[in-house]
Amino acid sequence: MRVTLKLYAMLRDHLPAEADGRRSAGNELPLDMAEGATVQTVIDRFNLPAKLVHLVLVNGVYVYPQARGAHALADNDELAIWPPIAGG
Amino acid sequence: MAWAGKVLRVNLTAGTCASEPLNMQWARDYIGQRGLATKYFVEEVDAKVDPLSPDNKIIWATGPLTGTMASTGGRYSVITKGALTGAIACSNSGGYWGAELKMAGWDMIIFEGKSAKPVYLVIENDKAELLDAAFIWGKSVWETEPAIKAKHQEPQMRVSSIGRAGETGCLYAAVVNDLHRAAGRSGVGTVMGSKNLKAIAVRGTKGVGNIRDFKAFMAATTAAKKVLHDNAVTGQGLPMYGTQVLMNVINTMGALPTRNHRDVQFDGAKDISAEAMHEPRKTDGKKNLVTNQACFGCTIACGRISKIDETHFTVQNRPQYWGASGGLEYEAAWALGAANGVNDLEALTFANFICNEHGMDPISFGATVGAVMELYDMGVLTKEQLGIDARYGSAEALAYFAELTCKGEGFGKEIAQGSKRLTAKYGHPDLSMSVKGQEFPAYDSRGIQGMGLAYATSNRGACHLRGYTVASEVLGIPVKTDPLVTEGKAGLVKAFQDATAVFDSAGVCVFTTFAWTLADLQPQLAAACSDEFTMDELGKIGERVWNMEREFNNRAGFTHKDDNLPKRLTTEPAKTGPAKGLVNGLDKMLPEYYQLRGWDPQGRPTKETKARLGL
Repeated sequence: MRVTLKLYAMLRDHLPAEADGRRSAGNELPLDMAEGATVQTVIDRFNLPAKLVHLVLVNGVYVYPQARGAHALADNDELAIWPPIAGG
Repeated sequence: MAWAGKVLRVNLTAGTCASEPLNMQWARDYIGQRGLATKYFVEEVDAKVDPLSPDNKIIWATGPLTGTMASTGGRYSVITKGALTGAIACSNSGGYWGAELKMAGWDMIIFEGKSAKPVYLVIENDKAELLDAAFIWGKSVWETEPAIKAKHQEPQMRVSSIGRAGETGCLYAAVVNDLHRAAGRSGVGTVMGSKNLKAIAVRGTKGVGNIRDFKAFMAATTAAKKVLHDNAVTGQGLPMYGTQVLMNVINTMGALPTRNHRDVQFDGAKDISAEAMHEPRKTDGKKNLVTNQACFGCTIACGRISKIDETHFTVQNRPQYWGASGGLEYEAAWALGAANGVNDLEALTFANFICNEHGMDPISFGATVGAVMELYDMGVLTKEQLGIDARYGSAEALAYFAELTCKGEGFGKEIAQGSKRLTAKYGHPDLSMSVKGQEFPAYDSRGIQGMGLAYATSNRGACHLRGYTVASEVLGIPVKTDPLVTEGKAGLVKAFQDATAVFDSAGVCVFTTFAWTLADLQPQLAAACSDEFTMDELGKIGERVWNMEREFNNRAGFTHKDDNLPKRLTTEPAKTGPAKGLVNGLDKMLPEYYQLRGWDPQGRPTKETKARLGL
C-alpha cells in the first residue's frame, strides 16, 4: 500500500533522499508499505529519534504514543510527524 | 518586594506629571501588570465611557517580575477600554521597554484626559515631563524611535509609540516598542492617538533592587530557567522555528481558517510556514529568516528576524525595507496569508513590516482584508471601489491594502474600521469573523472545539492569548485532549483563562507556560514579593482578575448574548480534514462554563462568587 510520510521542523533532517525507488520532495516521501504496517513500523524503519517523535498525526488525527504500535496504516494514508513544538 | 512602589499619573489635559504611591493592598490582591492596572482602571473609569473620549484612561503597566532576573521578565501591558471592541483591553508586549520603565523606578503610568496638541512623555528615572511632539507627529514608529533618541542624545532610551495608524484612527492601531514588539490588539494604539500622545521614552538606570528574599529568588529563577532550558519546546522548538511552526500542524489537522473561514485547510500553508522561512529562496538563494531574537531577560528567544528578497515586487527600489527586521509570527502569517488565500511569503513579510512600521495589528488587519476579499468575490465590492483587483490569493492586493490602511487613505479608511463595521456597512454583518468586534486569530473552532468557547468568552474579544486550549487540544500541554469534542472543554477553558491571568499579571511571558505551570512561577513571585503568594492564592487571583474584567464588560453593556460566535462557525460545517462535517458546539459548552464560573444564566457573577473572590 502507498503511504506518504511527512516530517517537519528538525525532523526534516531525518528524511531520506529516497526510499522504495522514489525520491523525497520537500519534506514528503511516498512509501510502499506492507499490509499491516503500523505507525511504529515507519518510525522504526527510518530510525526517527524517540525524543523527536512527539506529535504524530495520521490524516490529521492525533495518534497517542501508546497506540502507535497498534495503529495500522491504510492505503493513501498521510503520516505526519513533528518534534516537540508550540506556538501562538 | 519587587514592586517599585510608585505610580506616575499624567494628566494630558493639564499637562502635569505626578508621582503617587502604589496601592499595596491592591498589589497583593492583583499582583501587577494586567491584574493590578485593570483594578486601577475599573475603579477610576466609568464602564460606559466612549473609548475615544478624554474621559477614557490608558495605563502602561509592568509586573513585579518585570526587570528582574526571572526569565522573560521584560513584559508590560497597555490597559484601557478598547477602541475596536468597547470592552476591557489589555495588550501585552515584550522587547525592552517594560524593564526600562521598571528600572526607572515606576510600576505603571496612568494617562488621563487629552492633550490639546501632540506630545510625548520622557522619563529619566524620577524625572518625567511632557514635551512637544510636533517633530514626530505624522512619522512612523521606525522614524519616531531614532528621532527621539537623537533629540535626547540617549541611544539607550527605550520608546513605546504609535505610528500613522494610531494617528489616523485605525481602530486596531497597536502600541509598538523596540521597532517590532507590540501591544497589538483591541486598538490600544488608537486610544493613545486619540489623546494626542505619540510616544513614551524611558531611560532607567536604577535596576530592580528591592527583591524580598534575594537568595530564594536567585534559587527560584535559576531552577525555573533550567525547566525552560530542559523542555524540548522552550529549549529547542521555539528558538529554532518560532511560533510559525504551527502553520503546517494546524493545517494538517483541518483547523486553519482559510479565505475568511470559508475553508479550514489552505493548500498554500507550506509556502508560508516556519519550514519555508528556513529554506533558501529560489530568487536570491537567501533565507527569509535571518536569526531568532530574545526580549529582555528571555531564555527562550522565539522572536523572528527576517529579510525580504530585494527583488520582490513589494520592495523594489525601496531600500528602507531591505534591512533585517521583525519577521512573521504564526498569528500574523495566518491573518496576512491563509485568511486571504495568499501564499507569497515575501509579501506577507512585507505586510508584517508595514504593520510594525506604522503600528497596526496584523491579525485584525489581515482578517478584515479576508472579509473584503469575500465581499469582492460576491460582487458586493468592486475593483472601482477598492482601487485594485482583490481576488483571494492576491499578494498585490494585500500589500496595497496594508499601505493604504495604516495611513488611512482610500479604501484603507474603511478597512481600518475592522471587519465588524465594514461588513455591516455593506449589508453582510455575518461575514465578520469576530467576537465582541475583535477578529479571530489563527485557529478554526470547528476543528479545535475548546477554542470556540475560549473566543466566545474572552474578555477582550476573540483572542488566543486569554485561554490557549490549543496547548492541550493540539500539542498535549499539559495533557492531550481531543480537539473534536466539547466534553470537558468548559473546565479546560476556565483553567487556562485563570492561570493565564496570573502569568499576565506577574511580568513574564505567557510562552513560559509551554514548560512552566503555576508551581514554577509561584516560588519566583513569593521570593520576589510576598509569601502571601501561595499556590491557592495565585489560583484565586487569576479567577479574581477574570471576574473583575467580566464585571467591567457587563457594566459596559455586554451580556451573555455577546458570548457568541459568527453564524458561519456554528452552522456551516467544516468541508475537509478531520473536522469535516462539524460545526462548533458552543451551545453545549457555554452553560457548563457559566456554572463552573459561578455566574448566573445571563453570564453575571453571582453575589456568592463575588464574595468568594473579594470583589
